[in-house]
Amino acid sequence: MRHIAVLLLLGALAAAPARAELQIEITEGVDQALPIAVVPFGWQGAPGGAPPLDAAAIVAADLARSGRFAPLPRADMLQQPTSAAEVQFDDWRRQGSEVLVIGRVLNPQPGQYELQFQVFDVLRGEQLLGYRQPATTANYRRSAHRVADLIYEKLTGVRGVFSTRIAYVTVVRSAGKAPGQVQGSYRLVVADADGENPRIMVESPEPIMSPAWSPDGSRIAYVSFENRRSEIYLQDLRSGTRKRVSARPGVNGAPAWSPDGQRLAVSLSRPDGNLDIYTLDINTQVLTRLTTGSAIDTEPAWSLDGRQIYFTSDSAGGPQVYRVPAEGGSAQRVTFEGSYNARPRVSPDGRQLAVVHNDRGNYRIAAVDLARSTTQVLSDGRLDESPSYAPNGEMLIYATRAGARGVLATVSANGRIKQRISALEGDVREPAWSPFPPN
Amino acid sequence: MNTMKTLALLLVVGLVTACAGPSKTTTDDGAAGTATPGGASSAGVGDSGAGMGDAMGGAGGALGGPGASQENRVVYFEYDRFDIKPEYNAILQAHARYLSSNPGARVRLEGHADERGSREYNIGLGEKRAQAVRSVLLLQGGVSDQITTVSFGEERPAVIGSDDEAWSLNRRVEIVYGP
Repeated sequence: MRHIAVLLLLGALAAAPARAELQIEITEGVDQALPIAVVPFGWQGAPGGAPPLDAAAIVAADLARSGRFAPLPRADMLQQPTSAAEVQFDDWRRQGSEVLVIGRVLNPQPGQYELQFQVFDVLRGEQLLGYRQPATTANYRRSAHRVADLIYEKLTGVRGVFSTRIAYVTVVRSAGKAPGQVQGSYRLVVADADGENPRIMVESPEPIMSPAWSPDGSRIAYVSFENRRSEIYLQDLRSGTRKRVSARPGVNGAPAWSPDGQRLAVSLSRPDGNLDIYTLDINTQVLTRLTTGSAIDTEPAWSLDGRQIYFTSDSAGGPQVYRVPAEGGSAQRVTFEGSYNARPRVSPDGRQLAVVHNDRGNYRIAAVDLARSTTQVLSDGRLDESPSYAPNGEMLIYATRAGARGVLATVSANGRIKQRISALEGDVREPAWSPFPPN
Repeated sequence: MNTMKTLALLLVVGLVTACAGPSKTTTDDGAAGTATPGGASSAGVGDSGAGMGDAMGGAGGALGGPGASQENRVVYFEYDRFDIKPEYNAILQAHARYLSSNPGARVRLEGHADERGSREYNIGLGEKRAQAVRSVLLLQGGVSDQITTVSFGEERPAVIGSDDEAWSLNRRVEIVYGP
């Protein structure tokens, strides 16, 4: 019997200085980024005080990262108004800014803040949006992301994802005790969507894989090899409490939450060594087998209505995506273009599947249109994998390589805007974008 | 959520020291580019019997059983395949023979894949490969109680690298004797 040390470090890093583990850089351009000016927010708290963070800088960075906005550098601002009365629209027009954001930070009580902000159409000299976003010292960064979400939604008509989070796995390799021996440290990390505020959810010397968010964003399912075999765990983000839900003989892999959060679709290899798709009722532990046969059936993903499960199967030779009714029935093949289509993820509008696709020898992220059965390659790496849609469907995050290192990247759903998120250390892989936070 | 911060919990679950059992193929990931097949499992493989490490091509050492040399404890596979190449018949036969004449012996088949493609599919490939080796061992006299399988997919490469050579060394099943 072997025991492996598993450390659950939750929030233990709070004392450490907030430093982004991931840094985001835009690697491929934008057709038309809207010029916007986000003026530093004024301080209206006690004299001599200051807000915990520069909210306007966070908002500007969020908007820039979307690829759809080009914020004016602060040094180029002729003035920095904090109230509507101070705004000189002519100056902003001359500088080419089409949208102006100004704001003030109130501090009614210690630790309590209010971010008051206004968005103006510079050309017309009209206010588009005025809003008060409450904040605390602890959630100040999230609140600034909320401000960016509101501005983004007002200007694009699409809900912003700046206040969402991403989960991912990192591997840090270090020298072991014996000469020449290398040990790995696998971590499941949850960070803000911009890579800031990383928190280690679980750490293990054995592999961690396949993180999946519950539909309400409160829990993550993942696979851990901490007992030297694959097992599926659920972990509550808030409390850190975790529960092992599948440790059957053989493979326990690829957990995917049903839309109602009651069941997991999983891939199990019992009892005959073949990998098949099952659903597992989380509370009752009732298992329902959906596929049979000798093929590798894995990587399930639920349709939006919960009635179908997409999955990878090699029953036709190489891996392709199939679909089976969630209550049982016969499977139908879904992908036909190319020799390798695996690990489906359903887009938030239900119209597409993101897959790992072999594109002339390169493993790339592709979107398969379900109605037309067409395939569009979105990424341009050699070993890209693990696509995950942002909850607004505008972007996907996926794992790629920078040299020998695993890094994360995003691509817009139309393939035009690409960004890389490079970790400061270790290999980063298996990103999973959270659902929208509850309002 | 920020309540996490305030909670500042340090949950130590099952903080038990790893007792490296004799069966363990110590973490193989990467041993800094050494490209010897199975360079993976260097330390700790039940070195019962002396001198096995020097067996060149199995000439002096055992082909099967825990005394088999490193190279006789790894089976390699083609891309996206899990059928066993004929060149491994002899060593698998020897391992099966060892299992059948040592009913107390236990073996763990660790299946692996190269890094290409999706990770859970690669878990599937690793499992299929381990199952393929298991079937051969069973056919040749091993007993199912003696054999367990596990797949690490692409998570534990023997060799770090993204070229054909590294990939071919990572598509493997390691035969690990232990309790």
